[in-house]
Amino acid sequence: MARPVFIVDGSRTPFLKARSGPGPFTPVDLAVQCGRPLLARQPFAPSAFDQVILGCVNVIADEMNPARVAALRLGMGEKMVAFTVQINCGSGMQSIDTGYRYIREGVSDLILAGGAEALSHAPLVWPQQGVRWFAGLAGAKGIGAKVMAALKVKPGYFKPIIGLERGLTDPITDLNMGQTAEVVGHLFGITRAQSDAYAAESHRRLANAQSQGWLKGEVETAFARDGTFYDHDDGVRPDSTPESLAKLKPVFERPWGKVTAGNSSQITDGASWVILASEEAVARHGLTPKAVILDSQWSALDPGIMGLGPVLSATELLKRNKLTLSDIESWELNEAFATQVLGCLAAWNDEKFCNEILGLDGAAGELDQTKLNVDGGAISLGHPVGCSGNRIVLHLVNAMKRLGTRRGIATECIGGGQGGAMLIETV
Amino acid sequence: MNVLGDRVLELGPKSDAEGPYKNFRLTRDGDGVAWLLFDREGTSANTLSADLIEELSNVLSELETARPTGLVIRSAKKSGFIAGADVNAFRGATDVTAVEAEIGRAHAVIDRLEALRVPSVAVIHGFCLGGGLEVALACQMRIAIEDARFGFPEVMLGLHPGLGGTVRFTRLVNPMQAMPLMLTGKTIDARRAKSLGLVDAVTQERHVLNAVKEAVSGRLNRAKPGFLNSVLSLGPIKGFLASRMRREAGKAAREEHYPAPYALIDLWERHGGDRRAMLSAEKASFARLMVTPTAQNLIRVFFLREQMKKLAGSGNRIEHVHVIGAGAMGGDIAAWCAGQDLRVTLADMKPEPIAGAIKRAADLYGKILRKRTAVRDALDRLMPDMQAEGVRNADLIIEAVPEKLELKQKVYADLEPKMKPGAILATNTSSIPLQDLRTTLQKPERLLGLHFFNPVSRLQLIEVVSHDGTDAQLLREALAFVGAIDRLPLPVKSSPGFLVNRALTPYMLEAMLMLDEKIDKTVIDAAAKKFGMPMGPIELADQVGLDICLDVGDMLRSKFGDALPPTPAWLREKVARGELGRKSGKGFYTWKGDKADTSSGLPATSEPSAEMIDRLILPISNVCVACLREGIVDDADAVDGAVIFGTGYAPFRGGPLNYARTRGVENVVSTLRALTEKFGGRFAPDAGWENFK
Repeated sequence: MARPVFIVDGSRTPFLKARSGPGPFTPVDLAVQCGRPLLARQPFAPSAFDQVILGCVNVIADEMNPARVAALRLGMGEKMVAFTVQINCGSGMQSIDTGYRYIREGVSDLILAGGAEALSHAPLVWPQQGVRWFAGLAGAKGIGAKVMAALKVKPGYFKPIIGLERGLTDPITDLNMGQTAEVVGHLFGITRAQSDAYAAESHRRLANAQSQGWLKGEVETAFARDGTFYDHDDGVRPDSTPESLAKLKPVFERPWGKVTAGNSSQITDGASWVILASEEAVARHGLTPKAVILDSQWSALDPGIMGLGPVLSATELLKRNKLTLSDIESWELNEAFATQVLGCLAAWNDEKFCNEILGLDGAAGELDQTKLNVDGGAISLGHPVGCSGNRIVLHLVNAMKRLGTRRGIATECIGGGQGGAMLIETV
Repeated sequence: MNVLGDRVLELGPKSDAEGPYKNFRLTRDGDGVAWLLFDREGTSANTLSADLIEELSNVLSELETARPTGLVIRSAKKSGFIAGADVNAFRGATDVTAVEAEIGRAHAVIDRLEALRVPSVAVIHGFCLGGGLEVALACQMRIAIEDARFGFPEVMLGLHPGLGGTVRFTRLVNPMQAMPLMLTGKTIDARRAKSLGLVDAVTQERHVLNAVKEAVSGRLNRAKPGFLNSVLSLGPIKGFLASRMRREAGKAAREEHYPAPYALIDLWERHGGDRRAMLSAEKASFARLMVTPTAQNLIRVFFLREQMKKLAGSGNRIEHVHVIGAGAMGGDIAAWCAGQDLRVTLADMKPEPIAGAIKRAADLYGKILRKRTAVRDALDRLMPDMQAEGVRNADLIIEAVPEKLELKQKVYADLEPKMKPGAILATNTSSIPLQDLRTTLQKPERLLGLHFFNPVSRLQLIEVVSHDGTDAQLLREALAFVGAIDRLPLPVKSSPGFLVNRALTPYMLEAMLMLDEKIDKTVIDAAAKKFGMPMGPIELADQVGLDICLDVGDMLRSKFGDALPPTPAWLREKVARGELGRKSGKGFYTWKGDKADTSSGLPATSEPSAEMIDRLILPISNVCVACLREGIVDDADAVDGAVIFGTGYAPFRGGPLNYARTRGVENVVSTLRALTEKFGGRFAPDAGWENFK
């Protein structure tokens, strides 16, 4: 007995570009900033939820199980069950998918599912040898042993490593995420000019959405303790043009690489929530559903080409639901890298790839870019990894309501070689 | 999980038998350790009084005869250890010798407690203040529960510790830290008490049995008085430190207004380090202070506060407050409420004022909430609400938008249909009569006034304003809300300026007239301070905001006419130029943050005259009498309390009505008449003086 699962509302913080040093909010602070106004506008009490599920990759030491910390800080009550999920860049969608399954199976009726990430708070870590040296020193008994242990120190032990850099490197292939985008771009012949043009368009679309007021009701102003407030995604650069972006140097594979800071997603802090409800919950609380979740899919592939994850998972969704690429009116495909997004589109258009990898009869076809990431994406907004999957579902719903489209897919590539996709329909 | 709660205090062996004592329970455990529980009859908190001390003397006799292996002293009250002396006993004391004799009897009992030849340990939870701390200091050891708070608040009553505390505290704790605590009356938490050496250990309730066992068996690691303590008791060093303390005390209060801190410094300088002499001198000094008008007036103020707390009543049902307008007042009201455990939504059309309010709240919480998590939780409870979603769920709405009738009525029209049944609509207006505000309301009966004072976190008063149609039940709920947020309510009928602004405006406007008479602003402020005001009228006007002063002045003049000093034309121009006082950085003084640069004017060349002081001060008393006569406030004591707690009016004067009474009504009336002849009708004594007692 599969029950329908509705998305009834959602909100997010502005996405805040990591500048120098830790930003004003921790992951849970961000979740509270956008969660409070969201809960306040509901006709039911915060304690009416059955559970809280939150995606978060870089959990900070003060907030173990951030889902539960957020639930308590949001005043949802001591009895609120809450857990955190982690599948790298898909974490914020994994929370929705998990909630979707609980409701579909009839276990729960009302779930708050989110994603939160404060990449600016990623810690500095000490080299392992340094940590071992310190442990040896602390464990040494007696003055003599302590001196001997202390003498073993080497300068390199104190050179901190930026934890984020390690986090964005695939542990199996030892390629960092930018390098995997270089690989995908190379496989499908994506040029630097195409990537830069894509990136400039992402900024143009976000700036336009901001000035049209299309993000009202989705983005909640965040207020910091120092009296600063944040009311918009501040990574946007409306003045970016293909020409200005062309001047940037590659960052991951110098000197000939094609992936630059300008055509990659930004390092950003942000949080997002959606409210999932069963038919019963909708009736009980008099809610107005915005969309229904039809299906979801996770797929996996070679970590070195993780950027193609969306092609695998979204195609699987289409096949299972007997749909084609062109049946989908709205797409959110997370912009980890321009090269990687364009690589996905090229893969769908590649007959050989579609036959052999996706099991289709011929190429899936051309994905119309006017239906894709209509209000910008991670290149202009930023990519708080544990949050992005949640944002693309939330924004897909809001964009479809605005455009009057019916069927949409939100999908993302996932570091480590996976992809996630969710098929929704507006109601 | 409430079923698990309430297992609070470890009180030693259980005993069902009725003991011989009214205020104590005394049991012995299997090891022969005596547990002496303070459990004052018929109250929820322990206080010390003559009869309780006398009974303690009997308890000590029992312990001296059948000596236990150890003695544990603690309170059986959940509220804390001992909250201090029963202040009732101090009221109306006039005879120095009698006070000294009585305090001498109490001293003897405390000395016997100290002299008991058994290991004694005080286990302290909650408040341990004044006389309570002095009892604890007479024990050999002190174990604090985490939530304990310690302090000597005597100075706030115009006294200093009188049960040997000045002696024992300065012996145990470095006088450079001990003296300021007694001089300011500040309280400290258990952690600070441990670091000062005031307590030997800090623990949780669940470890009390083990901690006590270690203590009576001599295994507890004790706090030792530092080496410095004896060095600091050497004559020349004491003299040097004492003069520094006098300078510090001088910054806070003058000796002729508040003699107690100076008496305490003298006591320590003369006798510190000499136990016997200091104990004896403490008694005499305490008795001398007790009969001063300052102490008696401050004791009166203590009871005024208690009385006003009673007015608030209990049973608050307000959990969610929605504040509209995040300006200086609205923002600070919201912050205060969230800091007092309430859920708050703070609405404004623009994010800038909300952001400013959040910053002020964070700064305030950093000061008043000690724990990092408490600060975080308070900020979490304070929700910025740009869509006004809070209206639907709020139990109380406080409107704090600019003082414009049409604007306020428009705000009400928007929110009234969304309010939940039973919710209260309160306005923070200081100048618009509720009778005018209610005209457009569907349910005027739920409108009342909650008039907060600036700065909200420091002035304890809230005027609770009703109009003739206010629902009586909602009014009671509003009073209970005021009590629940640790403020003091003054019930007042809606009338221009209510009580406090009406009383204070002549004070500030008269000061402006003095400026026109070419009296320097620093001299004017000095006159008010000489009387005992914490802040002169010119500085106060800057603090309040010159635009507000102007608005309130105009409003009051339109009602009371020439009973008020005229508003000088140049004040209007000053406001038009944007010189608004503290908030704009410049008014009469130049302001840096929260501080006025008072050095800017001429140095006070001339001493303020008595006439100047009368011109500033007597109109306040005159207005208070008028408000009583007009029935705007019912209770004369509440008027005194309100003016003190709402403006900082010299507390040691006991309030404007008490001051008039002390000075003599006849004298006040004749002085007002003389001022009327010289300066005009604004000083005309109110008709209410005739019946004023």
